[in-house]
Amino acid sequence: MIEELSHEQILRYSRHLLMPEVGLQGQIKLKNSSVLVIGTGGLGSPVSLYLAAAGIGRIGLVDYDTVDTSNLQRQVIHGTSTVGKLKVESARDRLLDLNPDIQVDIYNEPYTSENALRIAKDYDIIIDGTDNFPTRYLTNDVCVMLGKPNIYGSIFRFDGQVSVFYAKEGPCYRCLFPEPPPPGLVPSCAEGGVFGVLPGTIGTLQATEAIKVLLGIGEPLIGKLLLYSALDMSFDFVKLKKNPNCRVCGPNADIKELIDYEEFCGVPGHHADDTSAGAGWDISPQEMKARIDADPKLILLDVREPHELEIVAIKGAKNIPLGQVAERMSELDSAEEMIVFCKRGSRSARAIEILASAGFKKMKNLKGGINAWAEEVDKSLPLY
Amino acid sequence: MTTLKIPTPLRTYTGGKSEVNVTGVKISEALTDLAAQYPAIKPHLFNESGELRPFVNLFVGESNIKDLQGVDTPIQDGDRIMLIPSIAGGSQLWSQTACRLTVKQQAASLQNGE
Repeated sequence: MIEELSHEQILRYSRHLLMPEVGLQGQIKLKNSSVLVIGTGGLGSPVSLYLAAAGIGRIGLVDYDTVDTSNLQRQVIHGTSTVGKLKVESARDRLLDLNPDIQVDIYNEPYTSENALRIAKDYDIIIDGTDNFPTRYLTNDVCVMLGKPNIYGSIFRFDGQVSVFYAKEGPCYRCLFPEPPPPGLVPSCAEGGVFGVLPGTIGTLQATEAIKVLLGIGEPLIGKLLLYSALDMSFDFVKLKKNPNCRVCGPNADIKELIDYEEFCGVPGHHADDTSAGAGWDISPQEMKARIDADPKLILLDVREPHELEIVAIKGAKNIPLGQVAERMSELDSAEEMIVFCKRGSRSARAIEILASAGFKKMKNLKGGINAWAEEVDKSLPLY
Repeated sequence: MTTLKIPTPLRTYTGGKSEVNVTGVKISEALTDLAAQYPAIKPHLFNESGELRPFVNLFVGESNIKDLQGVDTPIQDGDRIMLIPSIAGGSQLWSQTACRLTVKQQAASLQNGE
């Protein structure tokens, strides 16, 4: 327990100390606080940067990924110099550079039912900065079971949501969303894009709520949900109530321990390979090159969205976005050899499933997609 | 006339519109009007027996209709109804899986000769 600040700390935090709402006692409170941030991506970046700057004494970071160049459009805690490094290490180094006065604990592992309670139990507050439903339900249930506030933030394209789910004082995530939407009802087969500054806005709001809750000041978003639209520049608030039938925080709760969240949400494990069309269907970029050289008229089917063709394309390929393959297959001749591709092999694998079920046989799936083609065959093309 | 705010994930089914004007004196009527104007949105809101799906959250003003009278909640001219989606993040995993299931359904119906 720290009871006073050093001269250096007084200077560092002087803009906080000048505000009576924080003051010396508030700053000491922050110094003795701990926050766990699940995910060091788009949301985790601004959250952990502001928590570190604010002088939260101990910050935990959970992630199992490495930094990729395509992360840098929004994951501002990482940098060009840390591409290829573990995200938790890249983030820790940045946080300690910003504020060497804090402790950063890193967990380079997926956050799962096996490790979640052990990791979370020693923190005051948990920040949900994840990007998938299973981890969101897991984070919520852990917080309810451990009696900790869950600072929730979520994004989709241009929209964001923020709330503080704290079952001791208000509703939890499951009170609002008892179950996730079934995967079959999620509309798009396109790979999801993110408006880069959006997680900056939402993550900064999460950091705001975390610091307020730790200080015990202001009106936290307990029992309220903030809905933000970057396109409309609108902020809407709605009221949330505890759901008396909530399975995890209600009076008759039947979920008393962590469950299998991937099964609950109907999605596969963290490392599932969905880029293969299965044995016999896949073809490597080198093999594809050899096939094209032998038969320049070989049919190439690009199942990406039209706007992706502006980024990079293979000359002569026919474009039918995956979502239209079923209805437009009459444009294809099942007697002709065909190679199907997309960005990285996943959508084309799905296209092959559709075409195969309609009797197409002479098809191959470009393993690794146009990105692998650009890496291994035509190095003049960009990766995206 | 009541305004119904459509979240980004469902705008695919409303021709990109962020707000739709609907008529009706209660939520169920407003939703029926919405589904009549944009039939493709229907399976995303209702299950096979015509009930509102459990993950669909509708708010009138600041209040969840689950805390009022559900789909029988009365609405008045000038009310603002919001559809609040369940969103997870830029999850490739989720969208790919979703896609996989959609494809499986399509493939199954093709095999059945539908």
